[in-house]
Amino acid sequence: MHNIFRGFGAVFYKEALHVRRDAGTLFFSLTMPLLQMFLLGFGVDTNIRQINTVVYNADGRRESRELIDRLKNSDTFHILGYVENDHDLNDLIIAGRAHVGIKVPVDYSDRLLHNMSAQVLVLIDGSDSSVAGQAINVSTAIGLDESLRRVVQDRAEFAVEMRPKLLFNPDSRSPNFFLPGLTAIMLLNVTTFLTAFSIVREKERGTLEQLFVTPVRPFGLLLGKLLPYLGIGFFELCLILIFMRFLFRVPIHGSLLLLAILALPYLFAALSLGILISSKANSQAEAMQLAFLPILPSVFFSGYIFPRETMPALFKPISYLIPATYFINITRGIILRGAGIKHLWTDGLALFAIGTILLIIAARRFQNKVIMA
Amino acid sequence: MADVRKNPAASAISAQNLVRRFGNFTAVNDVSFRVEKGEIFGFLGPNGSGKTTVIKMLTGLLPLSGGSAFVEGLDVRTDSEAVREHIGYMSQNFSLYYDLTVAENLQFYGRIYSLEPARLKRRIDEIVQLNGLAPYLNRLAAQLSGGWKQRLALGCAMLHEPTLLFLDEPTAGIDPVARRQLWDLLFELSGHGITFFVTTHYMDEAERCSHVAYIYFGKLIADGTPHSLRELPDVQPQGTLRVEITTPEVTRALRFARHLPGIRSATIFGQSIHALIEDRFNLDDLRNQLLKNGIAVTEIRPLAPSLEDVFVELTYKHQALLEAARA
Repeated sequence: MHNIFRGFGAVFYKEALHVRRDAGTLFFSLTMPLLQMFLLGFGVDTNIRQINTVVYNADGRRESRELIDRLKNSDTFHILGYVENDHDLNDLIIAGRAHVGIKVPVDYSDRLLHNMSAQVLVLIDGSDSSVAGQAINVSTAIGLDESLRRVVQDRAEFAVEMRPKLLFNPDSRSPNFFLPGLTAIMLLNVTTFLTAFSIVREKERGTLEQLFVTPVRPFGLLLGKLLPYLGIGFFELCLILIFMRFLFRVPIHGSLLLLAILALPYLFAALSLGILISSKANSQAEAMQLAFLPILPSVFFSGYIFPRETMPALFKPISYLIPATYFINITRGIILRGAGIKHLWTDGLALFAIGTILLIIAARRFQNKVIMA
Repeated sequence: MADVRKNPAASAISAQNLVRRFGNFTAVNDVSFRVEKGEIFGFLGPNGSGKTTVIKMLTGLLPLSGGSAFVEGLDVRTDSEAVREHIGYMSQNFSLYYDLTVAENLQFYGRIYSLEPARLKRRIDEIVQLNGLAPYLNRLAAQLSGGWKQRLALGCAMLHEPTLLFLDEPTAGIDPVARRQLWDLLFELSGHGITFFVTTHYMDEAERCSHVAYIYFGKLIADGTPHSLRELPDVQPQGTLRVEITTPEVTRALRFARHLPGIRSATIFGQSIHALIEDRFNLDDLRNQLLKNGIAVTEIRPLAPSLEDVFVELTYKHQALLEAARA
C-alpha cells in the first residue's frame, strides 16, 4: 500500500511495448545522431588548410617561384591558379572564388639580389576570421623564415628554436576533438526528446489522466517511463562509441566502464529535463519546440565548440548550469586524456545534483499543473 | 436534499458542502449530495459548470478548498489512495493506448492495480466474456470502432472489481446501438450492487438514471429522482399546464403562439410544440385561436414535463436569482 514505486512494473511493461510498436521513431532517433556524427566527423575541420589562393606573379623568375612553392608546401594555401593583372586578382577574391590573393612585384628578384627589401602583397578575404587569421599567420611566418634564411644563410641552425608539440591530439585531428563532445549533445537530444514525447503523447490521449485515478504512485509512473529511455540512451552511447572508435579511429585512452558509469547521471539529468518539458507542453508540437531550447546553450556554452575560457564573464555561470558542460569534460577526459575517476568525480556529482533538482522541479510541476489542472 | 451528515459509511458517495476555488474563481460552490450503493447517479450540467472538478475532488486528485467527502466510507482528504482501490474511472476519450492491443491494454491496467497473476487472468477472462471482446484481443486499440473502444475502456476500468465507477460522458460520439448496449450493461452491473456516477449531456440517458443532479456554475440546483424533479413547484408553477400541440405548421404556429397572452413559454419538438400555458386557458379555446389564424391543429394534449424542461426551468430561475442578487 505504501510502496512509493507502486505501478513501476506496469508502466515499464507498457512503455517497452510502445517502444516496440513505434520502431520507426526509435530508428530515426537513433540514426539522426549518427548522421550528425558523419557530418561533423567528415565534414568539419577546424584546422584551416588548403585556403583557396590565387597568385599574380609579376616577376616570374626563380626567386619568386621558390617563394610560391614554399607557400604551397605550407599546406595552408591551395593555389587555384595564376592571373596576369591586379584586376583579375581582386575580382576572384570579391567573387569568393579565392580567399587569398598573392602578388609578387615585378622587381622581387632584383631587389633581393641587391639586398634590398622586397614586399609581397597578400590580399586576404576577411569575411571568415579564422581563415584570415590563419592566412596572416602562415604568410607572415613564411616571410619571416625566408628573410632569416637570407640573413643567416651560412648557419645551419638558429640560436633558439621553438618546437611546438601538441598534447593529446597530436595530429590536431578534428574528429578527436569533436566526436567526444558530440556524444554529449547527441545523447541529450535523443533522451530528452523521447521522454518528453512519451509523456506528452499520454497527455494528448488522456491516458495520463486515467493513470492518475489509479493507485499508481508518481514515482512508480516516472521511473517506469524513464528506465526504458535510459536503456535507449545507453544503447545509443554504445553505438556512438563503436562508430567513433572504429570508423573515425578516435583512440580511447581511458576506461569505458568509467564512461558508462558517468553516463548514468548525465542521462538521468537529460531524462529529468524531458519530464520537465512534458509538464509544460500540452502537445507534441509544443514539446518539440521546448525540447529544442536546451540544445543551443548546450552547443555554445558547454565548451563543445567554443572554449569556456574565452566566454565573457556573464556567460560563464550559465555554462555551470548546463549538464553537457560536465559530460563533455567527462567524455574528452576519458577518451582523449585518459582521465580516471579521481579527475572526474566532481563532474559526475554535479550531473547527479542537476538531475535531482530538475526531477524535483518536474515532479512539483506535475503535481500542480498536470494532476490538479 | 438528503441529510448527508448521517452515517457516511452507508453511502457510496457522501459529499458535504464541497468547495473548490482556483484563485478568485469558485468552481464548486457549497455542493452537497449523497449517492447510495447500487444507484445509477446522473450528474448533469453545462460544460465548464464544475462536473469534472467534482469528479476530481471525489477521486482524490484535487484537494478540497472546503467541506468533506466520503467515497465508499473513506475520507478522500486523508485516504485518497485507498479510495482509488475501490473506484474505476472511464473518461470520455476512453484513455486507451492505441498502439497497444486489446489484450495488452487489459494486461497493463491489471498490473497497474497490482492484481495477482491468477486473479488478473481470471478477471481478464470475465471482462472479455462480459464485453464480448474475444474476437478483438490481438487487434490494436486504434483499430476498434467507437463502441468497442468504449467497451474496452469500461473493461479496463473494471478489472480491479471496483464498487463505484465514474463514467465521464461515456457515450459522447458513440452510435445509438452501442449507446443502448452500454446502458443495458450498466443496468446489469448495477443489479450486482455496483454504483455508477455518470455525466452526460443526453436527456434520454438522464431519464434512465435512478438519481440525477444538475450543477450550474458551481451550484447544485437540482438533486433527486427524475420523477421527483418533475414534481418540483419551480418546474410546474401553480396555475400552469404543460401541453403538446401537434400541427403540420410548427414554425408558423410557434411564432403565433409566442404572442398569445397566457402562454408562458413554447418550443418546437419535431412536429409539435411544447408549451407552458396558464390553466385558465381552455384547450378548446387555444385550438380555436390557432384555427382562426389559419393554423391546422392535429392534436392538443396535456404533457408531463421532461427532464430537459426541468433543467431549463431551474436554470432560468437560478439565472433570475443571480441577476436579482447582482442588482
